[in-house]
Amino acid sequence: MPRLTINGKEVEVPAGTNLIEAARRVGVEVPHYCYHPGLSIAGQCRLCMVDIEKTPRPTIACNTQAVDGMVVWTETDRVKETRRSVMEFHLINHPLDCPVCDQAGECWLQIYYMKHGLYDPRMTDEKVHKPKAVPLGPHVILDAERCILCSRCVRFCDEITKTGELGIFHRGDHSEIGLFPGRELANPYSANVVDICPVGALTDRDFRFQVRVWYLDATKSICPGCARGCNIEVHTNRRRPHHAEGRRVARLKPRYNADVNRWWICDAGRYGYGAVDDKTRLRAPSRREGEAVADATWEEAIAAVAGTLGRLRPDELGVIASPRMANEDLFALRRVLERRGIRRVGCRVPPREPGDEDDILIRADKNPNARGAALLGLDGDAAAVLAAARARQVKCLWVFDHDLLASGWPEASVEQALRAVETLIFTGPNANATSERAHWVLPSAAWVEREGTYTNFEGRVQRFRQALEPLGQALPAWDLLGRVLVALGAPAAPPRAERWFGELAAAVPAFAGLSYRSIGDAGQAAATGPA
Amino acid sequence: MTGERILMRNFDRPDSHTLAAYRATGGYAAWAKAQGMEPAAITEEVKASNLRGLGGAGFPTGTKWSFIPKGHTGPVYLVINADEGEPGTFKDRYLLERDPHALLEGMLIAARAIRAATGFVYIRGEYVEPWRRFDAAVREAYDAGYLGKGFDVVVHRGAGAYICGEETGLISSLEGKKGWPKVKPPFPAIKGAFGMPTIVNNVETISHVPHIIDRGGAWFAALGTRTQGGTRMFSVSGRVARPGVYEASVAITLRQLIDDLAGGVTGNGRLKGVVPGGSSAPILRADEIDVTMDVDGLRNAGTMAGSAGVVVMDETVSIPEALLVVARFYAHESCGQCTPCRESTGWIYKMVRRIVEGRGRKEDLDTILDVARRGAGTTICAFYDGAVGPYLSYIEKFRDEFEALIAK
Ligand SMILES: Cc1cc2nc3c(=O)[nH]c(=O)nc-3n(C[C@H](O)[C@H](O)[C@H](O)COP(=O)(O)O)c2cc1C
Ligand code: SF4
Ligand code: SF4
Repeated sequence: MPRLTINGKEVEVPAGTNLIEAARRVGVEVPHYCYHPGLSIAGQCRLCMVDIEKTPRPTIACNTQAVDGMVVWTETDRVKETRRSVMEFHLINHPLDCPVCDQAGECWLQIYYMKHGLYDPRMTDEKVHKPKAVPLGPHVILDAERCILCSRCVRFCDEITKTGELGIFHRGDHSEIGLFPGRELANPYSANVVDICPVGALTDRDFRFQVRVWYLDATKSICPGCARGCNIEVHTNRRRPHHAEGRRVARLKPRYNADVNRWWICDAGRYGYGAVDDKTRLRAPSRREGEAVADATWEEAIAAVAGTLGRLRPDELGVIASPRMANEDLFALRRVLERRGIRRVGCRVPPREPGDEDDILIRADKNPNARGAALLGLDGDAAAVLAAARARQVKCLWVFDHDLLASGWPEASVEQALRAVETLIFTGPNANATSERAHWVLPSAAWVEREGTYTNFEGRVQRFRQALEPLGQALPAWDLLGRVLVALGAPAAPPRAERWFGELAAAVPAFAGLSYRSIGDAGQAAATGPA
Repeated sequence: MTGERILMRNFDRPDSHTLAAYRATGGYAAWAKAQGMEPAAITEEVKASNLRGLGGAGFPTGTKWSFIPKGHTGPVYLVINADEGEPGTFKDRYLLERDPHALLEGMLIAARAIRAATGFVYIRGEYVEPWRRFDAAVREAYDAGYLGKGFDVVVHRGAGAYICGEETGLISSLEGKKGWPKVKPPFPAIKGAFGMPTIVNNVETISHVPHIIDRGGAWFAALGTRTQGGTRMFSVSGRVARPGVYEASVAITLRQLIDDLAGGVTGNGRLKGVVPGGSSAPILRADEIDVTMDVDGLRNAGTMAGSAGVVVMDETVSIPEALLVVARFYAHESCGQCTPCRESTGWIYKMVRRIVEGRGRKEDLDTILDVARRGAGTTICAFYDGAVGPYLSYIEKFRDEFEALIAK
């Protein structure tokens, strides 16, 4: 492992580490545009110059590997002068339209101009004009005048998705990002190019003109879109709700996790948050008698559900849990099942269409916590529960966050089961055809409205945090289940998700030793197999 | 001072491009000799000859060959740069048209030295006739059994971009990609075409190799200066009585070249300036032409030997207009990868154009000089430094002409 000195600080780095990464380790930031740790080295922007002792002139840090005994200086006068020049070159043909650019506030031209530029502009000639507001695909729109030709987007499509839609066309200062003829930027990861574009050249059609980024709050979370559990940030707009017609989630952004998703997320996950603020959200407990649906209080709803659970024999009770529920919810549910001795429990419901999958991130299993459900012993056969309902053995069926009528099961057989039960209870954040048939609806909070953990397909337990208040009266599922538990006679239920997790870790061997603290921001593996 | 013609010795024969003519004048004898030599011995002979690359950079050829990694087991490639894009240069086309077998024989010998089984010849797209002649020679060489027995030659035609003459831009183009120069390291000798160790040499450089093997490195070295051996072909154009290609020792002076070989200055007969090594070489004033034309002689004079494209300007030539032509060329040909080159070639062109069109401002000249100096040495390839050469030298040496236009 080479040992080198950067700005007087010694550091040892693995062989092959470049000087940008080596500098990061000692807290030194080398400004750069084209370099991205997930992509090949382009060496084009020429901003990451550093001085290396015994080298005649500044050298690009991205393409220089750390060597034993190297002495590197990142803030010499000539390095600073070179940076200032390169900043000027980057900006001479830039339209400087920050007031109408979505990137403003998180633009690396703005940031580096303030840190490393601050020259007096000298370019007075007509700038080069290029195409503006060109849709490249369903999610991404290009302003070629703002582009600094770092080629990150091109390399992403060449190296990560290997779809090669983008190229740099023409030469010199007429060079321009564009699509190859007949192509569209529609690969399943297309919007990542917006994240890695250091400037406002590629923007997100969904987010465009919605809200200024400095009004957004960021919360660490996990994408619930599939079993991968990509690490994300939820960006919420609480300060300027009128800017987005009340849409509280402004956007989702990938959050780096070396072991899960690196820098990326798929488009389906990125844009999968629509249900959080849409009109299907269930805002209050409700009961249905015949055709009449009426809101109820939580006290009434909990009392009624607990009453039914208490009144019927355990084998007259069926539960279809969901791999969309967090570990905390599933464990609270397990406590309820144990209390009443309920054995007819299932979880997996086949999807109508098999999920798509690839060898990048996307998993066919579109549930975030199937592995957690399995580790908690709640992954029983949901088909058997439904069959028992059809056979009128089950009198009360509690369905969590599934639409059985839109599942892979024949609709008629689901219909028959739902008609056969005396009491259908539904818990989930959004209404669907199944919830409309329920006698009792106990609305649960969406994942961004609460905290919890999911266990991804590899057995990694990952935390998501609360970004928003629950809509209406919705409660985290663990909370409403805790209330049912108390109504069934338990002395008390944990008041917070973290406490539920503590109980879970104490009770389930796979989670032994885990805590919110130990899981942290990066997740922690559950003991998923024989040690 | 002209001495013996080596590269151009057969140029006067109408059939000089044929295998028969080449063999009749001793062709392929050096290859027969080289086959009896160890590869390392060939490289040593070339080192001893002081042959330096004639494509532009003037790098010692034998030394370059010795950079091929010793333990490498996979393919090694020899690439011949026949892109000849440097403005003012038109020598390689004559070699391809009039003595293609000299290049092929040189390739066979070089390939043996570096253990290459494949050679690519990248020919400038506009060179149709040179390509036809060379391609025919390749077929003759296959038929005669020189090629196809351990060494194959692939002819590739470019599509008309100056940057594809830069060796790594050429390699990208050869690989089927956009002709973008590559970041170094790795250098081509370590990781070049298709990821394999590759030696890129100019047509003229390799055409010298048979003679070096035939007559010895010491003989070749003695033809030139202490640090560069041999003769080279000078492309002389502009205001001279006899423009054309002249072969002479690299020890010839620029004055001899203009006056003795090219017949002297025309126009008003009085020299204003000379570009000695293609458009990227800084210009020399009339009082700076008593310099030898070897790599180090011209470097010491603050310019470069480059591709030996000599462009002569008499006093009636407007230097600002000449710079405009050059600036337009570099703005048009910059590949656009590196920010300083991409942005400032365009910016400088706009400023020079304004000056020539009579809309110049007082501060423009200093801005051009400052912008050019700031970008120099910061880019992936030498293209930008090649542009900076004329930007700085034309203005620094002929500033009064620019100021006169601005004052108008
Ligand atoms: C912008 C640019 C254009 C070049 N064009 C040519 C060319 O057309 N022909 C050539 O032989 N070398 C050209 N070169 C030089 C090559 O990069 C390389 O140095 C040369 O081909 C090596 O061969 P040599 O050592 O035999 O000269 C060019 C270099 C630059 C920077
Ligand atoms: S669009 Fe953005 S990511 Fe792509 S080259 Fe331009 S600046 Fe870079
Ligand atoms: S210096 Fe100019 S021509 Fe060379 S790689 Fe950079 S942008 Fe391209």
